[in-house]
Amino acid sequence: ASIYSYTPNYSPYFCQVQRILRERFCHSTHGELFGVQVQYKHLIELLKRTAIHGESNSVLIIGPRGSGKTMLINHALKELMEIEVSENVLQVHLNGLLHINDKIALKEITRQLYLENVVGDKVFGSFAENLSFLLEALKKGDRTHSCPVIFVLDEFDLFAHHKNQTLLYNLFDISQSAQTPLAVIGLTCRLDILELLEKRVKSRFSHRQIHLMNSFGFPQFIKIFKEQLSLPAEFPDKVFAEKWNENVQCLSEDRSVHEVLQKHFNVNKNLRSLHMLLMVALSRITVSRPYLTSADLMEAHQLCSMDSKANIVHGLSVLEICLIIAMKHLNDIYEEEPFNFQMVYNEFQKFVQRKAHSVYNFEKPVVMKAFEHLQQLELIKPMERTSVNSQKEYQLMKLLLDNTQIMNALQKYPNCPTDVRQWATSSLSWL
Amino acid sequence: MPSYVTRHKPRQKYSWVGSPLLNRKLHLQTYKELCVRGEADSTEMLIQVGQCVLIEGDSDEEPYVAKLTELFEDDYKPHSKKRARVQWFVRFSEIHPSKQHLLGRKPEAQEIFWYDHPSCDSIVSVETIIGTVQVVALALDESPPAQLKHKGFFVRMSWDTKKFWPLSAELLAELGRRGDSPKSQNPVQAQTKTAESPAWTTSEHAVGRIESSHSASKSRQAAARPATPGARKRLELAGLLKTPNTRKARQTSCAASASLGIAKRKMASSTASSPSKRSSPDEAREDKSSSECRMVLRARIPVTSTTEMSLGITLTPSRRAQRPSVTPSINLTPENIKKRETKEPEAHTEEVSTPHRSQRKSSLLTLNRIKQQLRYLDCKENDEKEEEFVPGAGDSGSSSEEEEEGDVSTSSLPRKSRRRQDKNLQTATQPSLQTPSKTPKKTPKPRAPRHATPQIRSRSLAAQEPATVLEEARLRLHVSVVPESLPCREQEFQDIYSFVESKLLDGTGGCMYISGVPGTGKTATVHEVIRCLQQAAQTKDVPPFQYVEVNGMKLTEPHQVYVQILQKLTGQKATASHASELLAKQFCSGQAPWEATVLLVDELDLLWTHKQDVLYSLFDWPTHKEARLVVLTIANTMDLPERIMMNRVSSRLGLTRMCFQPYTHSQLKQILVSRLRHLKAFEDDAIQLVSRKVAALSGDARRCLDICRRATEICELSRQKDGTQGPVTVAHLMAAVDEMSSSSYITAIRNSSVLEQGFLRAILAEFRQSGLEEATFQQIYNQHVALCRMEGLPYPTMSETMAVCSRLGSCRLLLVEPSRNDVLLRVRLNVSQDDVLYALKEE
Repeated sequence: ASIYSYTPNYSPYFCQVQRILRERFCHSTHGELFGVQVQYKHLIELLKRTAIHGESNSVLIIGPRGSGKTMLINHALKELMEIEVSENVLQVHLNGLLHINDKIALKEITRQLYLENVVGDKVFGSFAENLSFLLEALKKGDRTHSCPVIFVLDEFDLFAHHKNQTLLYNLFDISQSAQTPLAVIGLTCRLDILELLEKRVKSRFSHRQIHLMNSFGFPQFIKIFKEQLSLPAEFPDKVFAEKWNENVQCLSEDRSVHEVLQKHFNVNKNLRSLHMLLMVALSRITVSRPYLTSADLMEAHQLCSMDSKANIVHGLSVLEICLIIAMKHLNDIYEEEPFNFQMVYNEFQKFVQRKAHSVYNFEKPVVMKAFEHLQQLELIKPMERTSVNSQKEYQLMKLLLDNTQIMNALQKYPNCPTDVRQWATSSLSWL
Repeated sequence: MPSYVTRHKPRQKYSWVGSPLLNRKLHLQTYKELCVRGEADSTEMLIQVGQCVLIEGDSDEEPYVAKLTELFEDDYKPHSKKRARVQWFVRFSEIHPSKQHLLGRKPEAQEIFWYDHPSCDSIVSVETIIGTVQVVALALDESPPAQLKHKGFFVRMSWDTKKFWPLSAELLAELGRRGDSPKSQNPVQAQTKTAESPAWTTSEHAVGRIESSHSASKSRQAAARPATPGARKRLELAGLLKTPNTRKARQTSCAASASLGIAKRKMASSTASSPSKRSSPDEAREDKSSSECRMVLRARIPVTSTTEMSLGITLTPSRRAQRPSVTPSINLTPENIKKRETKEPEAHTEEVSTPHRSQRKSSLLTLNRIKQQLRYLDCKENDEKEEEFVPGAGDSGSSSEEEEEGDVSTSSLPRKSRRRQDKNLQTATQPSLQTPSKTPKKTPKPRAPRHATPQIRSRSLAAQEPATVLEEARLRLHVSVVPESLPCREQEFQDIYSFVESKLLDGTGGCMYISGVPGTGKTATVHEVIRCLQQAAQTKDVPPFQYVEVNGMKLTEPHQVYVQILQKLTGQKATASHASELLAKQFCSGQAPWEATVLLVDELDLLWTHKQDVLYSLFDWPTHKEARLVVLTIANTMDLPERIMMNRVSSRLGLTRMCFQPYTHSQLKQILVSRLRHLKAFEDDAIQLVSRKVAALSGDARRCLDICRRATEICELSRQKDGTQGPVTVAHLMAAVDEMSSSSYITAIRNSSVLEQGFLRAILAEFRQSGLEEATFQQIYNQHVALCRMEGLPYPTMSETMAVCSRLGSCRLLLVEPSRNDVLLRVRLNVSQDDVLYALKEE
């Protein structure tokens, strides 16, 4: 009752809650750090030494996706900028997905460093010119007088695929010689990153690695869940914030919520997926029902963990379902050997002639159309590329559905004719 | 303090003195004299064509020195129309370090060099002129006059970016002529020019050496100015000039010096004959003119002792009156312009004190007429020259204050680089100068600055020096710190040194191939050899040589090596094919204009091309007797010549091979000990441990140093934690070694989610069942479901499992096919099955 008495003047805050939380879930790189104090200390000390002492360094931050690598470096850089005069450090941010070769990467570095061959926002000149210009610029510096440069290479492993690894060699080489102080920080999710580096590049790399491994247990996961949902103290309406946080506290102690979270935790430890779950749950609250419930979370989890292919099967026509069942039988008979349309059609014909009561005997072109539709949905996949000459009927196909998937989907299939269901379960009995 | 002074420099106003001489072709108005008037105090400084001036440069201590050859008004410049054309001098420090040794002796403190380079920019804004200065020309054997004190300069040689030459007779005469002017008799001949005094007639002071003489305090101030950090460059690139065809100029200058010589004889009562009569310039350089100069100097003693100011030289533009790339052109944004106008403090106006005008009118008139004549010819020549000259309309300019601004204000995008200019950095800037740009000046679209200086801006806070023992140790252990001598590489050093030295002494060429795994000191040793040889060359123990270094990894493409070599040898820039032709011509035809060359080619294997033409030519050049080229090549593999090179290439490489063995543990220990000398930062056991560990692993000295450096950090951390004091112990080092060499697969598996671990188990089960090391996703999924059923767990959906699979694939615990194969994609383990089992069991 108290909730409903509150509702009328509530909607502006409601929007605000959604905005705050959504922001938090989407821009997770600005959240709070947890469980990585050791790694953070290592990184910030290293950056400080570069900024203050002009010591060159190189380090790799390694961890699976969503483990907070970018968040870590962002936090460290933010702190560095607070303690250091930001004028004293230059930053260069590169991303392996954007800077797909050294030529582009070099131009970007030059642009971000704002060297003198930059005009407006563009860098002219050939690749060779740019390289020698940049190297010359970095070479002229020294430890005590030049402004340290921090290179952050996101998706570091992709840089290792550049030709000759020229960029990496040069960056590491500068970081190991008495030139402009550099801190080269690579972010990657590949554990085998060092094997990608060429031996000369590897020798120049300092072999410092910072691992981020999501090494927290379930109790911490619950704590994170609570923190992520809690409203900040500076929320305009204190009363509402208090109530909201109280509710979150209750949720975190709720058994069913624990169950949902445990399931989620077992599948995926990273925070990004937790955010996804919470985002779905958050979108279920409305002005009239402004607090999260355990049911919301359960539904969200169900949505998140749903099998996508089973969902597609639910939307198929009876004919298409029949074809899939025929394919399943073919798979059983021929032990996963590929099949073609003609085989599937024959199988379907047999079923229709001998067993079916409710399924209409469609003409071949209609069945072909249904077959093609399945191919479009990528439930079946041709073994080799479709050539113009080959006849469609005889092209070899494979089914991309598992038996268990088919059976599960059939169980939930709305208004499935009983004879079709029987056919699916009976395997060879209809012969 | 100095910066304070310059920041509050009074604004100054520049005005022309005298009526303009109109240059019709370019609508330029040329002037003979410039007046700098301070606004704060009503002082004035007069600067005349022909005087030597200090021009603001990138270094506050060392402003550029140049001789004013022309003053003119340039209407194309939006904000600073007053321009000056100058003939540059270079200081020794401005000469490229690699060429400095060509002088063959120590430069003297006040020695500067006539800058004789065809393609250099010689137009500056008058606002960059700091003041006048005295420059004395000397013959080779003359000693610098004592009375120069610390203010003036003397010129003995000219520098054309390749070689030092003695001053030619004409030059000496031209420069020396300054001495014969009436002023030599009336040395301190400055004029007060108060505001109400009438404008001078050009004829008067075109010849008259107007020198400002100052009160003692003022002149001291003036002398101190160049050293103030605020004296920033304010040079502007006006455009570029082609090498003037200067036959006429030379003639005229000869004529001038001839007639001047006559005048001189009268006044200075010297016995010198006029330079034009001399048969050989060499002779001239040796005797007459130098004696004149000396005389002049002696006559000038009173001037220099009382004033430190300005001695003008009248000189027509000499042959190559340009200098390279002094001024990077800089985009001038409106606020910059504004800044310039409002903020830029201009040169101190000096108070001009009592006039000393006692010249003989007759000689004045004679000289005047000569000068008029010269000026006329000069102008005509300028017409020709300036047809090609493109005033870089809006995009050139300089913003010397912007950096100051950046420090103070919190601008949104702080300028990341200091706009600097460096004269001796020809390598990067000069080449673009050689192609005269024909673009019409109306196109204001952005272009790449032609004179960009490669430079990272300098830091605003001073770098902290190490405070503790550990910090000091860390600094010394950094790989970048190259020790005085490399321990444990004495033998290799000796071999390389004697190889190169013998080739240099014999005047022949040769190749040497150096191999060794990374981190064994190959490049460092060669660098040390070169350093020692360069020292030896300075003491004339070995013939002088040029040193060029190229690195295959620092090239974008193998053929770029020609470009780099040519650029480092001659400063020219060319395309790869052209550079290759030029180099081949110069090395093979025996007309190499330079002395012996030592070429270091690092990372040789990257210069491999299909045709191997790069390698071939690199090894072919030294075989020519005249080339006098020693090629040192470095690569990692010992059998590189046999493996990748054709016979004709490897045969030219020869058999002079050297292999750097990986460091043994005792050598690594010695390296560490030598770096940590007198520093009790490590326990002996710790050093022993790390050297043995690394020696067993790779023998890479870099690795060893990096581990030690990390160990100091760990030690520092533990000190902070429990407040202990002490050196780095074995435990710290072990932690560092573990951290830096342990594989992370096992921790990754342990920290993965339950489902991920289950999937790995299913993979193992499937592999065991099938006996293969590869399985499709579908098989593994079925296995997984079966396992879950066995344990009574709810089994995951296909989508979830697929996500797990791709997650494990992305961090390379698994090797997976691209996911378009969906359930049919094949999966392999990237870790050994035992590791997976071990990691899963430990739970």
